[in-house]
Amino acid sequence: MSTTIDDEVASGTPEKPTKRQRQAAGIADAASGGVKMLLIKLLALGLVDAISLYALFILVSAGEWLIAAIVAVVTIAVNWIYFSRRRLPSKYLTPGVIFLVVFQVFVLVYTGYIAFTNYGTGHNGSKEQAVSSLMASSLQRVEDSPTYPVTVVDQLGTLGLLVTDPDGDAFVGTNESPLTEVDAEFDGDKAVAVDGWTTLQFADVLARTDEITELAVPFSDDPNDGALRTPDGSSAYQYISTLEYDEAAGTITDVDTGTVYSDIGTGAFTAPDGEELLPGWQITVGFDNFVRAVTDPRLAQPLVYVTLWTFAFAIISVASTFFLGLFLAIVFNDMRMRGRKYYRVVMILPYAIPSFLSALIWAGMMNESFGFINQVIFGGASIPWLTDPWMAKVSVLIVNLWLGFPYMFLICMGALQSIPDDIQEAATVDGARPWAVFRLIKLPLLLVTVAPLLIASFAFNFNNFNVIYMLTDGGPRDSDAPIPVGFTDILITMVYKVAFTGQARDYGLASAYSIIIFIVVAVISIIAFRRTKSLEELN
Amino acid sequence: MAAALDAEAERAAHPRGVPLKRPFNFSRWFRATGWRHVVGIVMVVFAMFPIVFVISSSLNPKGTLTGSNALFSAIGLESYVRILTDPQVPYPQWFANTLIIASVTAVATVFLGALAAYSFSRMRFTGRRFGLITIVVVQMFPQLLAVVAIFLLMSTISDWFPAIGLNTHIGLIMVYLGGALGVNTFLMYGFFNTIPASIDEAARIDGAGHARIFFTIILRLAAPILAVVALLSFIFTVNEFVVASVLLIDTEKQTLAVGLTKLVSNPRYADWSAFSAGAVMAALPVVALFLWLQRYIVGGLTAGAVK
Repeated sequence: MSTTIDDEVASGTPEKPTKRQRQAAGIADAASGGVKMLLIKLLALGLVDAISLYALFILVSAGEWLIAAIVAVVTIAVNWIYFSRRRLPSKYLTPGVIFLVVFQVFVLVYTGYIAFTNYGTGHNGSKEQAVSSLMASSLQRVEDSPTYPVTVVDQLGTLGLLVTDPDGDAFVGTNESPLTEVDAEFDGDKAVAVDGWTTLQFADVLARTDEITELAVPFSDDPNDGALRTPDGSSAYQYISTLEYDEAAGTITDVDTGTVYSDIGTGAFTAPDGEELLPGWQITVGFDNFVRAVTDPRLAQPLVYVTLWTFAFAIISVASTFFLGLFLAIVFNDMRMRGRKYYRVVMILPYAIPSFLSALIWAGMMNESFGFINQVIFGGASIPWLTDPWMAKVSVLIVNLWLGFPYMFLICMGALQSIPDDIQEAATVDGARPWAVFRLIKLPLLLVTVAPLLIASFAFNFNNFNVIYMLTDGGPRDSDAPIPVGFTDILITMVYKVAFTGQARDYGLASAYSIIIFIVVAVISIIAFRRTKSLEELN
Repeated sequence: MAAALDAEAERAAHPRGVPLKRPFNFSRWFRATGWRHVVGIVMVVFAMFPIVFVISSSLNPKGTLTGSNALFSAIGLESYVRILTDPQVPYPQWFANTLIIASVTAVATVFLGALAAYSFSRMRFTGRRFGLITIVVVQMFPQLLAVVAIFLLMSTISDWFPAIGLNTHIGLIMVYLGGALGVNTFLMYGFFNTIPASIDEAARIDGAGHARIFFTIILRLAAPILAVVALLSFIFTVNEFVVASVLLIDTEKQTLAVGLTKLVSNPRYADWSAFSAGAVMAALPVVALFLWLQRYIVGGLTAGAVK
């Protein structure tokens, strides 16, 4: 125990204890802990070390040296922290910090990196992967090529082909590894089993037909040699790619048309006329994504109106929920009223229900042709609640008001009750009208309490994914934009859609949009902190 | 407020004091508290009608949205049976997944957060203030902003360790625990600071070590705030859609938020009352917890947590 508790000494660090004091504290600590604690500690650390060793083994065999080194360093640090007699704060901070660093700090930094790449559909691997997948996707059967008898084999879930070539030699290969010669058991002149692989029975072949017909086992390391494919799991044929890869020149030639596609630094093989062969590979593209987002008119226009709507949505949501909540808090802040408790319970129900469910229910009620609101409340009207660009915005705000007013009601109620009554009495004695008392005395006092919460609420609504996505899915869709964006999308739903929906996933562009949100949030936070000085209380 | 003044004037008009029971006067009652009841009733209708609607359609044996518009026209539990037994919709599985993921996340968040809050509250060390500020600043950027990076990180992890990568509950929980040191730590830190340090000192004189003080004294004294943090974390996890929808690929692995949303957004799915039954059952545990712990939650909320 090297620390002494000083709750009020904000200025200085405590005096360093002498060596003897440290020893004494250590002895006392050890005496109090008991053997059971020590055992639990040893067990937990042993478990951590075992998992780390396993992870190291896997990573080293995969050749991921950098990550293996990081894992090793972290493991050694953890052991050092928990076996040392000092480092007490670290013992309490380490578990949470590890998760924080990996899943919060690292992913934010990684987002920054992705924003500068062309990562996405058609650009999600290395150049070698792109070449082999291009060659594999353009395979055509060689006419009059010999038929190879094959047996489908399996090694830990990976399918392979056991091939007998016309000379009677046996070879094994998978999608990743080209054919290599093996010693196999023969049944007649067909190889049927080989050590280290499980031969698939007929029933298994039927069950895994889809996987088997996908198999394309390369003949050799040179992708131009083509591959073996089997339609039925018993005989295979030679397929040659209609593309030819010239490694020395770094070009791919289409054998049929003679077009030469070359690597011109755009992350895909490109023909002289600009036609790209996809898949390409991942490269860093600098500020391209950002430039594209703000200069390509088809992208810039959605970005502008989505950003404006995001601000409008967040500001109007905070304002409307706050004023309704405040109004209700004033209305129910009267001791003479009966049944206030029941009103309160009913009014916080919308807040207690998980918001994704509420939004889905509202979406059903706002359905244009069958929904409860049009059919029952408006007697069969067909108001386009969710399908008209402007009406959808109004609907989103109504639903968010319904979801959010109970929260504001609760905090305003708390803030009003914490204002002492004698202030009101003193003002009344001085002849102030009730409205003046409220506007000049109570409201400023209340705002001091709730201002930080209003800022937090703004930040929350700025990224309020659930309401938008569940209610309108960002729709109605903007048909002019090349990305799947709609008129009620906010920035965060746009990021989600660009990254995970539609035919083309564009991780680079989505991350660039994320960076834009980071900057907005950071600026707002800095302003808010300057105003509230909440950090200065941390001594 | 005006009403209070009126009452004063009334009292002044009776020089011999107030009679024991004044005759009921409607307009006076209305000016004092009656209008408040009118506002209250309007708000109750506004707050309740979606809830009443969903309960009514969940009790409707027929499936469609249109059929649910006549409130309580038919009562039956067929829809509940349908959603629980539909072979196409693994609702019970979603329910179990959600409970497991949210409970484990809540407990682990409380544990990790409490450990950190204890060291911030009771120890003085270099980097303490920096650590506290870092936690605040990092939490300004919610995880869902980094959803692309989280997805790519998890798919990379999947290549080496499929057991904790994409499409696993453990992987999703680990991602959620990235947010364990955050607002929650702050709530607990503030609460721990209100526990007098003299208690620790007394225990230390009696020979207790730091671990024993933390596990046996601090955690027990701080039980209310632990309950609030656990509940807020639980509700947040039940509600979380973005990360869960990206990481959990198989239908059987998904949570209620992901499963039900994808179910209803399918235009061919017309069984509205079965969905309503599912929604009612999904909302019940959360609402019950919320009402049960409502007093603590309000305290926790005003300390700065936002749903």
